Amino acid sequence: MQTALRTILPETEFGSRANFAPHARVAREERPTQISGLPLGIRGLRKSYGDNEVLRGIDLHIPSGQFVAIVGKSGCGKSTLLRLIAGLEKSDAGSVSFGDEIQAEDIRVMFQEPRLLPWARVLSNVEVGLGRDRSSTDAHVRAEKALAEVGLADKRDQWPSVLSGGQKQRVALARALVSRPRVLAFDEPLGALDALTRISMQRLLERVWRDQGFTAILVTHDVAEAVALADRVLVIEEGRIAHDVVVNAGRPRERGSAELAGLEGSILNHLLSGDDRT
Amino acid sequence: MSVIDSVSLPRNFRLPRVDGLVQWIVPLAIVALWQIACVTGLVPTRVLPAPSDVALAGWKLLLSGELIRNIWVSFWRASIGFLIGGSIGFAFGLGNGLSQLSAKLTDTTLQMVRNVPHLALIPLVILWFGIDESAKLFLVALGVFFPIYLNTLHGIRTVDPQLIEMGRIYGMTDSELFRRVIFPGALPSIFVGIRFALGIMWLTLIVAETIAASSGLGYMAMQAREFMLIDVVVLSILIYALLGKLADSASRVLERATLSWHPAFQKN
Repeated sequence: MQTALRTILPETEFGSRANFAPHARVAREERPTQISGLPLGIRGLRKSYGDNEVLRGIDLHIPSGQFVAIVGKSGCGKSTLLRLIAGLEKSDAGSVSFGDEIQAEDIRVMFQEPRLLPWARVLSNVEVGLGRDRSSTDAHVRAEKALAEVGLADKRDQWPSVLSGGQKQRVALARALVSRPRVLAFDEPLGALDALTRISMQRLLERVWRDQGFTAILVTHDVAEAVALADRVLVIEEGRIAHDVVVNAGRPRERGSAELAGLEGSILNHLLSGDDRT
Repeated sequence: MSVIDSVSLPRNFRLPRVDGLVQWIVPLAIVALWQIACVTGLVPTRVLPAPSDVALAGWKLLLSGELIRNIWVSFWRASIGFLIGGSIGFAFGLGNGLSQLSAKLTDTTLQMVRNVPHLALIPLVILWFGIDESAKLFLVALGVFFPIYLNTLHGIRTVDPQLIEMGRIYGMTDSELFRRVIFPGALPSIFVGIRFALGIMWLTLIVAETIAASSGLGYMAMQAREFMLIDVVVLSILIYALLGKLADSASRVLERATLSWHPAFQKN
C-alpha cells in the first residue's frame, strides 16, 4: 500500500525540488575548484569468459566530462565493458587509459542494486564512499554534504531498510559522489525503479553531472533514458561498437520531444534490425 | 483513506505493559492447576508434591545457603564451559569461513567429531578427568562448540558477495572489510548459534552433574532422590527451566541491541 502511494505521489518520495535545490547551491559555492572529469581512451579491448567471446575489440575515446550512454541487447557485452572500465575485471587484451594519474577514489561505480550496508546508518553508508579518507575528521561533513546533494539530508540517521527503492539508490549515488570522482560508471542504476521514480532519478543524475563535471558512463537497456541523458549513445552489438550516435539536443532536455523521440526510434531500429534477419 | 486507516489500526495497537505479562499467563495457570490437583488429592503428593511444598523446600534450602551455592556452582560451570567452547567454535568458524585452506584442513575432521553425541563421551571423560571440574567444563565446551562453529561458518559464507565487492571497490582493507561487512553480516547467524548453544549448555551440564559431581544443581537433585526428597527434585527441575529461560532472554536482549538495523528487530 505504501508503494502504491509512492507511485501516485512522486513528490513525497523525493521531497519537493525546492527542498534540495538550496543544499546543492551551498555545495557548489563551497567547492574550492571544479574538479574536471577524466578523458578515457580504450584500445583493442577484448574479453572472453571461457569460449564465449564477450568483447571483440573495442576502440573508443571519451573526452573529459562527456556523458556517454551504452545500449545494447542483454548479453551484448555492455556491462562487461563497464566493469573493465571501472577496473572490476581484467581484460584479455587491449588497454583502458585515463588522461592522468588516477587514484582509486577517482573512479566510482553505481550498480543496479544499491548495495548499502544494512547494518550501517545512511550517513555511515555514504562515508564508505570516501575510500581512504573514511577516517579523516571531516568525513561526517563531506558525507552530509553529499547526502544533501541528493536531497536526503534528513535521512542521515535512518537504517537503509526503512528507505524506499528510489531513496536507497539516491544514498548509493551520494556514496559514489562523496569522493568527488572524476569518472562515474553507472551499471543500469535505475533498472529496478518504477517509471516515475526513474524520471526523477534521471533528472538528479543529470543535475549532479552538470554540477560536478565528471565523465559519466551509463549502461542501460532503456534507449529513451540514454537519449534523454547522454551526449553520445554507443550501440554495442556482438562485442563491438556498432553505432556511435551524437545527441545534440540542448539541456535541460524536454522529455518526449520530437527530436529525442526520433533519435530513440532510429537507435531502436538499429537494435531490432538484427532480429528481423534471424 | 478511512478504510485503510481502520485496517492498519490493529497492527499498531499495543499494550506494552500487558505484553510483558501475557507470556507468563500459561506457566502461572499450570502452577495454579497443579496446586489445586495436589490439594484436592487428585495427584498423590508422593508422585508430585504441591507447588507450595516445593516453594517451602526451596525456602529452606535458600536459608541454609545450599541452594545459592549449588546454583552458583552450576552457573559458573555453564558460563566457563560456554566461554571456552564458544570462543573455540567462533574462532574455527571465522577461520574456516575466511580461509579455504583452513576449511579444507579442519572441516572434515570437525564434521566427523560433530556426529558423535558428545554425551556418549561421558565414560571416557570420567576416565580422563575423574569427576573433577574439568570433566564438566570439557563436556559443556564440546557441546557448545558445534552450534557456534556451524552457525558462524554459515553466517560468514552467506554474506552477500555484492556487498563484499562493493567494499573492495570502495577500497576497504581486509580488516575493514571484516569489521564493516563480513562480521556484521554474519552476526544474525552467529546469534542463532548462540541460542542453540545455550540450550545444549544446560542439557550437557545437568546430565554431567547428575552422573558425576559433588556439587551443583544436578548433584542436588540426585542427592534428593537418594533421600526420597521429591520436593527438592521438582525444585531442581523448575530451576533448570528458569535458568534456561534466563539464558534465552539474555541472548535476546543482546540480539536486540546489536541487530537493531535488522527489519525483524525494528519496532512497528
